[in-house]
Amino acid sequence: MALPLADLYNTPDERNLLDTMKQGVIGKPLDRPEGPLKVSGTATYSAEWKRSDCAEGFLVLADIAQGTVKAIHADKVLAMPGVVAVLSDEAMIRRSTQGTAGEAPAQDVHTVDYFGQPVALVVAETFEQAREAAQALEIEYDAAAEPVPLDPQSPDAKIEEPSDSKPVKGGDLDKAMREADYAIDVEYDTPGHASAAMEPHATIAEWDGDRLTLRGSYQMLAFNVKEMADCLSISPKHVRILAPYVGGGFGSKLGITHEAVAAAIASKQLDRPVRVVMTRQQVFQTVMRRSETRQRVRLAADAAGKLVGLGHEARVSNLPDEDFAEPVTQATEFLYGGENRLLKVEVARISRMTAGSVRAPGEAVGMQVLEAAMDELAQKIGMDPIELRKRNLPVKVPVEGTPYSSRKLVEALEQGAESFGWDKCKTEPCQTRNGDWWIGMGVASAARVNVMIPAKARVTLKADGTALVETDQTDIGTGSYAILGQIAGEMLGLPMDKVDVVLGDSELPPGAGSGGSFGAISTGSAVMRACEAIRDKLAKAMGCKAEELELQDGSARHGDARQSLGELTGGKDIVEVGSIKPGKTFKDYSQASYGAFFAEVGVHAFTGEVRVRRMTGAFGFGRVLNAKTARSQCLGGMVWGIGSALTEELAFDVRDGHLVNHDLAEYHVPVHADVPALEVILLEERDAAASPLQAKGVGELGICGAAGAVANAVYNACGVRVRSFPLTLDKIIPHLPDPFASPA
Amino acid sequence: MKPFVLDHADSPDAALAALDAGATAIAGGTNLVDLMKLELATPEKLVSIRRTGLDEISADGDGLMIGALVSNADCAAHRRVREGWPLLAKAILAGASPQLRNRATTGGNLCQRTRCGYFYDSTQACNKREPGSGCAAREGFNRIHAVLGTSDQCIATYPGDMAVAMLALDAVVMTEGPYGPRRIPLAMFHRMPGDEPSRDNVLEAGELITAVRLPAPTGGVQVYRKVRDRASYAFALVSVAVDLAMEEGRIARCALAFGSLGTVPWRDRAVENVLIGEKPTPALFAQAAEVLLKDAQGFGENDFKIPLAARALAATLHEATQTGKA
Ligand SMILES: Cc1cc2nc3c(=O)[nH]c(=O)nc-3n(C[C@H](O)[C@H](O)[C@H](O)COP(=O)(O)OP(=O)(O)OC[C@H]3O[C@@H](n4cnc5c(N)ncnc54)[C@H](O)[C@@H]3O)c2cc1C
Ligand code: SF4
Repeated sequence: MALPLADLYNTPDERNLLDTMKQGVIGKPLDRPEGPLKVSGTATYSAEWKRSDCAEGFLVLADIAQGTVKAIHADKVLAMPGVVAVLSDEAMIRRSTQGTAGEAPAQDVHTVDYFGQPVALVVAETFEQAREAAQALEIEYDAAAEPVPLDPQSPDAKIEEPSDSKPVKGGDLDKAMREADYAIDVEYDTPGHASAAMEPHATIAEWDGDRLTLRGSYQMLAFNVKEMADCLSISPKHVRILAPYVGGGFGSKLGITHEAVAAAIASKQLDRPVRVVMTRQQVFQTVMRRSETRQRVRLAADAAGKLVGLGHEARVSNLPDEDFAEPVTQATEFLYGGENRLLKVEVARISRMTAGSVRAPGEAVGMQVLEAAMDELAQKIGMDPIELRKRNLPVKVPVEGTPYSSRKLVEALEQGAESFGWDKCKTEPCQTRNGDWWIGMGVASAARVNVMIPAKARVTLKADGTALVETDQTDIGTGSYAILGQIAGEMLGLPMDKVDVVLGDSELPPGAGSGGSFGAISTGSAVMRACEAIRDKLAKAMGCKAEELELQDGSARHGDARQSLGELTGGKDIVEVGSIKPGKTFKDYSQASYGAFFAEVGVHAFTGEVRVRRMTGAFGFGRVLNAKTARSQCLGGMVWGIGSALTEELAFDVRDGHLVNHDLAEYHVPVHADVPALEVILLEERDAAASPLQAKGVGELGICGAAGAVANAVYNACGVRVRSFPLTLDKIIPHLPDPFASPA
Repeated sequence: MKPFVLDHADSPDAALAALDAGATAIAGGTNLVDLMKLELATPEKLVSIRRTGLDEISADGDGLMIGALVSNADCAAHRRVREGWPLLAKAILAGASPQLRNRATTGGNLCQRTRCGYFYDSTQACNKREPGSGCAAREGFNRIHAVLGTSDQCIATYPGDMAVAMLALDAVVMTEGPYGPRRIPLAMFHRMPGDEPSRDNVLEAGELITAVRLPAPTGGVQVYRKVRDRASYAFALVSVAVDLAMEEGRIARCALAFGSLGTVPWRDRAVENVLIGEKPTPALFAQAAEVLLKDAQGFGENDFKIPLAARALAATLHEATQTGKA
């Protein structure tokens, strides 16, 4: 039988191989194999490697927003104890590298593009010596002749169309709005967000002749190697990156960041290993931010609550010349109907650190606003918000006309509602008061596009009957080790203790990397295909067809014949590389993961404090590869949703452009007390168009709309509709009903 | 961070001698070490006072003597504190995180510096950090700043919780120093910025806090309400500490203190006088708030603190007087 092993994924693989296998590990809520190392502090993270004679670098950040470095007075600093070098090199990078760039970002730190941009590196024998010297370093600047504005709302900001997306237009939205039975025209703001990964960005660089090795914290090694090589003008073949454990990235480690390039340059110059670890404050000031957005949503509905028009226009921001524009309307394109459409993003060119991918770029902030606006429409019509959503699910993607590969949105809304007890939701606000708290419920849809990235993986079935999975895929805390092992275990009929997974080394075949929820389906498919090739060989050895071969617990069966895998290898390792690339199935079908969020909140009747009391999420994202790691991703996403709804906001001082809340004490991510019991429902689904695994992405789905459910619950609780996230109490108290009045 | 020498004092006298010789005291280090990393504090000599034996809680007549080195966690968990002065335990537990409270001390907590973001950022003008450089917060991002007790020079709050409860409880700060022992009522301990914002409190060079004394328990209803942006691990936007007693449906006695509202822990007897002898009603609470906030001045981002304080006061009085009735 001809196996669809062509790289390009052009036709849905309907064979659904994983469901025909016998081992029974796929989908199981197995622990992450590296978990014990992590919780016992023995997993080696980037800054923790011991390298002898390692010098310590500390970045110096600009304290102006725009200009050029006129002079660096290094002499005084070079005389300080322990200091070995002050660098301000043309190859050092000004901006964080965008995900999948594969090339150097803007280089030469003598030009300053934004406040807090690294402009120099001080290297010393110890970290504190380097830090002290960095603080003492005097730098003179010339102010920029033609500065760009610091504020995205500034009338002077240059507004551009994104280079990589076009507006979606259909029919006549203005007319639809005028003639609609119900129309909503609202403007929402979302602030900038930080990825706030637990592990700060850190790199140890070391050279062996003209070969560079980096131990660091990165998400996409194959791209990072190219980026680093381009920065240094060396061959990618001479760059090796080791990142076996990454303490979270959320987009901020997709591309090479400042400390890595600086460490590499310093190490070359000093001919010794150099470690550069960013402080928390530096991470906040220099790596990727999520752009703030201003979004106008227009919804036009007929008397039955069917959308006839839908507008979603957003202004986002970025530095001049950056291609990335937060794709705010990405899910709006396919989620709801309304033939008269206008979806559009524009970018204001401003001076703030690079805007780029932060977990679920586009949907994270786009969905929360769309879903809040949908709630406004439901309220206006007087219709149950779930019913409104169900009425507006198109058969094919509007304008484009592509069919959906799979969509469990109705099931998510229904099962979520059932489990959450949505029937108890009051249709009017201010109906439930519990002591000092107004209680309310809210619902929102979840949607996130499914993405595949070219990936390769090598699988070795060893002569001893164990398997080894190798790829440069990273595990950023999500469970790559677990699921890749499970896929191989399932395909090769091996229990998990017979499968070894080695990741995070750029010399291994290039996986997809971690980001955009694509790691599992892309690299997982490559692992699966490598295993298929091994199965073919085993079948041959067994004298049967691959689909007749049953592999389980280390032995192979065909009819009455039975042999151990070790025997079948004939004493020689079987090594196969599997490979996949996104192909026609991504054009032929609209692919996305879907779900629904339900939130119950309390709003303090006096102080306006909002606390989430419970939350349910129901999600359909194709095959569940590991019910535990998938659930954790959903939980984490919902926690992000709580932060986005209630607390997280990058606060810039628009007078000089500096970030005021650049640490975790003042940039408020949710803490344990903010996160109540969260329920996650995983819906069974198979999607052959999305990947041979029949799986879609899940890593970001849990955020995409979650904050909308919280905001809708706030309205339901106290009747206050805040159109500016986060919903801090100062925006709520002016509109609260009299706390002493009894409930309506 | 600048290099420094660290010594350990094994008695209050040894600590005083070290302070006299120019050392800076370090207790839990949860604030000081952060300041040193950012070079906002650059002591050449540090003396750790953790082994001075000042970590006891003991009866002092009807009152209670809390050693300066008692950790926040121990203080809040102490049986006598919880029984006699629950307000203090509640306020401490509303602050920081368990890890920080394990480390933070009574004396260090009183001396913690403001959380004004411009103070912690040496790229910014700040009169408290660098006298005469200006105040970047005044027209900047001042969401967490004070609306009472500000000056042209500085609008930063004292951010802590513990001291707010101590203020309502009429605590006294006990010190030793070059000029002998002092008993400083908590109400006099913190300084408003005036034209010398760099001095947060009245401690003199070489002076050591040895303990905080609480007077006899009042037996009143005690409520600490901390309003904040997230449920834990955030400084107060406004906090209210109340210790009151009801008699025949009227407020018989009332002590009120406010945190993160003023530049210092805030107490205003005129507010208490509005309440004492009256029946608790929403109108009375509003009247009290009016007196409290008559001189309040917002600076833009923190304008909301004025209505918020009125609301937090009403909520707290409502809760305390309802409990007091029962
Ligand atoms: C992230 C974060 C969140 C926080 N949240 C809160 C909160 O919500 N509420 C709150 O109230 N606090 C909060 N805190 C502050 C915390 O309570 C203080 O850092 C702590 O109480 C300081 O005590 P310490 O013993 O560690 O002081 P140190 O850092 O050791 O010292 C602080 C200062 O006090 C001086 N000092 C210490 N002891 C004495 C003494 N006996 N005599 C004279 N001077 C002395 C030191 O010289 C130093 O100048 C938070 C802190 C952090 C870092
Ligand atoms: S408010 Fe006070 S601490 Fe803050 S910047 Fe102004 S002077 Fe400095």
